[in-house]
Amino acid sequence: MNSGGETVVKRAKYKIAKAPGNSGILKMNAEEFAFSPNDPTSGPRLRVRFNTIGAHRVTKDGSKTALLNLLKKGEGSEGYIFEFENFSDRNICRDFVTNALERYSEVPKKDAEGPAQLSTEEMERRIKLLQEDSELMKLHKQLVIGGILTEDEFWATRKKLLDGGRKRTSSTQRVGFKSAMISDIKPLTDGRTNKVTFNLTPEIIHQIFAEKPAVHHAFLNYVPKKMSEKDFWTKYCRAEYLHSTKNAVAAAAEAAEDEDLAVFLKQDYILAGEARSKIRKVDPTLDMEADQGDDYTHLPDHGNARDGNKEIAESQTHYDQYKRNLMQDLNRHAAVVLEGRTLDVVTGDTRTVAEALARTKQVELANDTSEKNNNQERLNRVCRMTEIEDLQATREPPVAPLCIKDPRDYFYSQQANALKTLGDAAFGAGYVKCHVSKQEAYTCLRESISDIKSVGLQTSIIKAEVAFKVLNSLTHNISSTKYNLGRNNQETVLDRLPSRTRDDLLNHWTSIQELLKHFWSSYPINTDHLSIKVDRLKDAMAGIYPKLQEIKESVQSDLRHQVSLLVQPMVQALDAAFAHYDANLQKRRAKSGKNGSI
Amino acid sequence: MAPIASKLYTDDVSLVVLLLDTNPYFWTSSSSSSLSFSHFISHVLSFVNSILLLNQLNQVVIIATGHNTCGYIYDSSLSSVSSSISANESSGDAKMPAFCSEVLKSLEDFVKNDESLSSVDAGNGVGSSLLSGSLSMALCYVQRVFRTGPLHPQPRILCLHGSPDGPEQYVAVMNSIFSAQRSMVPVDSCVIGAQHSAFLQQASYITGGVYLKPQYLDGLFQYLSTVFATDLHSRKFIQLPKPVGVDFRASCFCHKNTIDMGYICSVCLSIFCMPHKKCSTCGSEYGQAQSDASTLSGQKRKEPS
Repeated sequence: MNSGGETVVKRAKYKIAKAPGNSGILKMNAEEFAFSPNDPTSGPRLRVRFNTIGAHRVTKDGSKTALLNLLKKGEGSEGYIFEFENFSDRNICRDFVTNALERYSEVPKKDAEGPAQLSTEEMERRIKLLQEDSELMKLHKQLVIGGILTEDEFWATRKKLLDGGRKRTSSTQRVGFKSAMISDIKPLTDGRTNKVTFNLTPEIIHQIFAEKPAVHHAFLNYVPKKMSEKDFWTKYCRAEYLHSTKNAVAAAAEAAEDEDLAVFLKQDYILAGEARSKIRKVDPTLDMEADQGDDYTHLPDHGNARDGNKEIAESQTHYDQYKRNLMQDLNRHAAVVLEGRTLDVVTGDTRTVAEALARTKQVELANDTSEKNNNQERLNRVCRMTEIEDLQATREPPVAPLCIKDPRDYFYSQQANALKTLGDAAFGAGYVKCHVSKQEAYTCLRESISDIKSVGLQTSIIKAEVAFKVLNSLTHNISSTKYNLGRNNQETVLDRLPSRTRDDLLNHWTSIQELLKHFWSSYPINTDHLSIKVDRLKDAMAGIYPKLQEIKESVQSDLRHQVSLLVQPMVQALDAAFAHYDANLQKRRAKSGKNGSI
Repeated sequence: MAPIASKLYTDDVSLVVLLLDTNPYFWTSSSSSSLSFSHFISHVLSFVNSILLLNQLNQVVIIATGHNTCGYIYDSSLSSVSSSISANESSGDAKMPAFCSEVLKSLEDFVKNDESLSSVDAGNGVGSSLLSGSLSMALCYVQRVFRTGPLHPQPRILCLHGSPDGPEQYVAVMNSIFSAQRSMVPVDSCVIGAQHSAFLQQASYITGGVYLKPQYLDGLFQYLSTVFATDLHSRKFIQLPKPVGVDFRASCFCHKNTIDMGYICSVCLSIFCMPHKKCSTCGSEYGQAQSDASTLSGQKRKEPS
């Protein structure tokens, strides 16, 4: 046996393409798997090492065949397909293969730290994230594949992203209830005897529980204490049969004899309660009369009367509770289908299904605190709807929602600022110093006021040529900023750069940010690992300087100034990091030197 | 105020709250240069007049921003409509609309009051005027108008400001700016001093107003009527000067210096120019730094670079 220790031996069929396959024995150990057919002449023997296998695929539990597909590395979908006799065999092999593959996939990673083993699931999530976000992909390619950061370091700062992805991926779509009504499951009569057969599958039972809470309740109460499950369903079917005959009198008679049966025959009391509470939630100010125009029920051949209950609608009010209305059934069924299946239990054992359903119901009830607030809410609503304007307090004026501005705005405005200060410096706008006493200042101000009082407003406060000059400069200013900064506020300096330069700049910007984030977060350096990481980061950052310079040189001269203004903050940030690195390095050297001398 | 119900406020009716800088030190220093206070006032009065003429429901409120105090100078809704525009009511002085003499009279009173409140000489330099105070008064007025009912003129604030920013007012000014933003009142600013005003740049930027620093001060009226006379509704359709850059620098809370880089309290976001053991604003005590390295890296850059 191999030093790998564990071995798995299972009966399986080796399948090639769509052929039915070749049955034999599949043996697996930590390093390789081997297949030997029962009939040595029927097909090839296999002996494959796991390091040539890239991934594996399996069919879902419960699907037609239990397949395991071991994909060869780098070759699309080609692989070794094995069919197992049952899913448990397959799952054992699958888990084994997962472990074996993981062992191999880590080897080329040469990570000194030995990161936590990544499940394939985790890996897939990351890959998916990368595929969805091209910017992240670029960054990942540059930093991780470039060897500057390890995979773990890269993702450590993006835990949220991964978690968010987890939530999203886990919500696979559940299969809902069938939209066909249960009442469509017709009793089967064989025609010769009086025996009537009902067919109940777990699926149908689940649906019955969901649609008829009273039946569900009764099931929990009676089974298996009072009666067996079979008896219970027999009773239920009997009740259904009575309903299907539409004989309310007979139903009433039966119910009087058997109180258990009565549960099924009477109106669902839980449902009725729910309906009442729902009615309570309806807006009390709802104008029912407004809908009357849309109502056809009072016309002949329309509405409820068509469902066949009409004929017994007369004197038999006593039997009302044994009557069932098609409309109600239909509504209830629609509500349940729309609600969807909230249960994850595999529909097998009726009892577990019933209990699980009861649990979810309880949770729902607990969550539904609205019941308490309902009354208050209703009152509030009535108040709002029947408001008398004169009696209301003054309403608060509208307020703007708080919004956090895009930090990019700041970046652009700083760039414009730098331009402007350059302009101002040329202008020579000096700071006016003044040395006047308080007395002087106020007297001067008062004099000006009395001045204008005595002189009055000038007939022409502004000279025509000055006004023209102002108008000219304003329009010129506006049109030039319009030309420069574009029609909308969103357009910026970046948009005027060639798209390649712009992309490069933005790329560098994000990668610098990423590097700096890692750089600053590794201080204070207290492990060897951190110091290695910082060195790595420092080298990577040093590599960015020439690239930035290159970008600057690549653009045309009229844009070069703009670009250098954009690049400047990046360089500054890098400089700060380097200064810190050097200072820290010296300090550490000094310390270690001291330690050494002692 | 006239009963609101009788007025029909459409979306192009404005309430302009005008903040006039009356810092005497600034005006004495600037009178030697292009614009004297009397010229300035005559430009402004003409501007006010033209706003009132643009729409008969328009309303103008003037608030003086002094060196030591601020005060309401004029409210067009308080003076009767007939007298405010009907010209040439002789009151002993030169010929001018009645509202102008009203403005001038209260301005004189205000200056007197401002002088009486000043204790010491400003010393060297122009000193700043109380922008934070007048902004708050303007916002209070606007809030009162908001509360008169669902129909009211569209308010905006116009700062005619010349004095340099007083960094000691940083927090108060920023708070006013944010409350203006919250109540959707644009703050326009026209800077008539020598330097740009970082406060007003930020105010206009944050509230969506217009910031302008006129190049030719003798043509102030032209600037005012071209850029600032338009009501808010019409602004959507015209091209107004755009800010080319905004000075976002903050003042530190400890020495009121304007700083590029500083320390920020991790609890209340107060800004300091140097590290403290305890935040002077919220009182939170900062734990002992683990090492020198961590204090250094604790310094946050203000720019997101």
